Amino acid sequence: MRRGIAATALVAALGVSLAACGSGDGSTGGGSKGSGELSGTVTWWDTSTVGSEDKVFKKLAEDFTKKHPKVTVKYVNVPFGDAQNKFKNAAQSGSGAPDVIRSEVAWTPDFANLGYLAPLDGTAALKDQDDFLKQAAASTKYDGKTYAVPQVIDSMGVFYNKKIFKEAGVEVPKTIDELKSVSAKIKQKTGKTGLYLRGDDAYWFLSFLYGEGGDMVNAETKTVSIDNPAGVKAFKTVKDLVDSGAAKTDATDGWNNMQTAFKDGKVAMMINGPWAVADTYAGKEFADKANLGIAPVPAGSAGQGAPQGGHNLAVYAGSKNLDASYAFVEYMSSPEVQTQVAKELSLLPTRSSVYGKSDVAMNEMITFFKPVVDKAVERPWIPEGGSLFAPLVTEYTKVLTNQTTPEQGAKTAGESYRKLLKDWK
Amino acid sequence: MAVDTSSQSVAKAAGEDVARGRSRGTGNRQGAVKRSLSTHWYAWAMVAPVVIVIGVIIGYPLVRGIWLSLTDANERNVERSIGVNHIPATYEFVGVDNYVDALTGNQFLSTLGWTLVWTVSCVSVTFALGLGLANLLNRRIAGRSVYRMLLILPWAVPGFVSVFAWRFLYNEDNGLLNKILAGGGIDAVPWLNDPTWAKFSVIAVNVWLGVPFMMVALLGGLQSIPGELYEAAEMDGAGALQRFRHITLPGLRSVSTTVILLSTIWTFNMFPVIFLLTRGGPGEATQILVTQAYKFSFEISPRDYAQSSTWGVLILILLMVFAAVYRRVLRKQGEVW
Repeated sequence: MRRGIAATALVAALGVSLAACGSGDGSTGGGSKGSGELSGTVTWWDTSTVGSEDKVFKKLAEDFTKKHPKVTVKYVNVPFGDAQNKFKNAAQSGSGAPDVIRSEVAWTPDFANLGYLAPLDGTAALKDQDDFLKQAAASTKYDGKTYAVPQVIDSMGVFYNKKIFKEAGVEVPKTIDELKSVSAKIKQKTGKTGLYLRGDDAYWFLSFLYGEGGDMVNAETKTVSIDNPAGVKAFKTVKDLVDSGAAKTDATDGWNNMQTAFKDGKVAMMINGPWAVADTYAGKEFADKANLGIAPVPAGSAGQGAPQGGHNLAVYAGSKNLDASYAFVEYMSSPEVQTQVAKELSLLPTRSSVYGKSDVAMNEMITFFKPVVDKAVERPWIPEGGSLFAPLVTEYTKVLTNQTTPEQGAKTAGESYRKLLKDWK
Repeated sequence: MAVDTSSQSVAKAAGEDVARGRSRGTGNRQGAVKRSLSTHWYAWAMVAPVVIVIGVIIGYPLVRGIWLSLTDANERNVERSIGVNHIPATYEFVGVDNYVDALTGNQFLSTLGWTLVWTVSCVSVTFALGLGLANLLNRRIAGRSVYRMLLILPWAVPGFVSVFAWRFLYNEDNGLLNKILAGGGIDAVPWLNDPTWAKFSVIAVNVWLGVPFMMVALLGGLQSIPGELYEAAEMDGAGALQRFRHITLPGLRSVSTTVILLSTIWTFNMFPVIFLLTRGGPGEATQILVTQAYKFSFEISPRDYAQSSTWGVLILILLMVFAAVYRRVLRKQGEVW
């Protein structure tokens, strides 16, 4: 008898633990069948800045139910830094991935190449495709198919504190040399540092790289170009900015430190993009929004260059509600939503028709950034595009913290690229 | 009188959420098996679920990791299931190529170098501080229980919380440490932004996290040394240092050898402190073997599972060799653990 009890207890215990394992994926069935009315749940992973951008996006996303009352939108904000990893983990294992993800432009070809995204050709998501800016649409295509819809486009500029500039009696620098003299003057007059340069993210290095006429790789000729003389010169430029005291940098917590320092008026300038505008306005130095000035990034020896970036909306290939997801993507990239986002967050729309609207045309940040984006340097839209940053940031930080020379840093980055991109020169 | 150095709870409290547990090879003797099955079948039946679960959650990943390290598996060629699509695995067996690459390239060896420096300095400083504090608390001093509480505090705080707190303290511009230094007229120290300071900083945090365990373990050891020995030595005219050297240290040996072994293994694999504090940076200055292995399999794209597993297997081999050598040395000195 005792044996029987033990066995029963064992079986029961196993049963409970198995049930606990199985209940994890609480999937949401449904979808649209027959009637044509969409239903089900669309989970959206948004990566926008918490505290400023996320509120607007959450509201807009949830408004989708006004159009499709039977669809529930589940808004999830995933920090930008974690999103790529989290999505890959979930997508690869086949459970826990969202239906729609806000995918950074460089991630999109990578995800598509790995088979994680649903092709959108011929679906509701690609309505009025001709309206999208050509540059913005470039990163959504992979291997002849379209895998995403451009949500926002951006580039980088110099954000500056007008009050500090006035106090120091300086003008906005147009070249690196001017940047150095302006910083020196600001330090002398106000005791503040001129520029904050993020040292923990290679994206902040690109403006300097392009400014010297360099690039990470050249996708047309299939050559690695980070280690050519222009690349070396770019490393020298940033190192010189930090060594000379014109710029300060950090190897950890760069984003937070940069925003805090700039918002509190401890540094006069930072290089940043439209995604930082809403957060910057929240700082005490910018309670008067007019204090925030914005200008093109200083030009290097070869000219002025800033990277083109942005975000797309992509649908997960394993989504159980594909039709609702397509409709959601279409809605989130519609002219109405883009206008709203532009108005409230100063983010740049990806549809040319939206730029004509008065709300958008009157926004100072957008009128500034639009010409910058038009001239911005397009990144190589290859599956490895996103992978180029990991080796680069290591060398970039090493150069800034004096662990390696600009020459060696460029060389090592080039070697890693050639290992990553088989058969490239 | 033995000290309970329950490794599980200690590991958790010190912030190591890495599931650990290696069988120590329980060699079954042939004839004994049958006999023990007939007499102890009930015990075997009770143990079976545990054995199965351990086999599934430790054995399977271990075997699979070793297998992956002999292939060229990466994110592009492993088996994937995306919704209804199922993409089969296409990676190939490459033999020991990965091991040759790791051991002949300079990345593994330089990371190993820093990992050893990190382990030795953390363990020795933690042990020395733990021993000092344990001696202090073993005396009848006023407010002893308050001190004990305070000193065990780092242990009670979840590891990641402490590490994040330290990250705030270390912040170059807004951190408390630099504010205090500024009060003393000292320039800001680039705690996490300078390679040398970053190394110092990660060691300091790990020591802070590790001291309570050492202290409690050694305190238990101290309390098990009979007081009569000290009285007798005092009668014979032995000084404080002599008593420490000839009674305390030998009396603590069984405890200290165990805690040093455990602490070495934990520190060698101390993922959270490095990862959460510096992510291995600046550059690769504080990258230890486990954080680098994590980087291969989660941070780079395409994720390199083969290289990551190779590093994992090498870590396992290094620690097994260390444990074996350590055990042999102890046995020579007449200690058994």
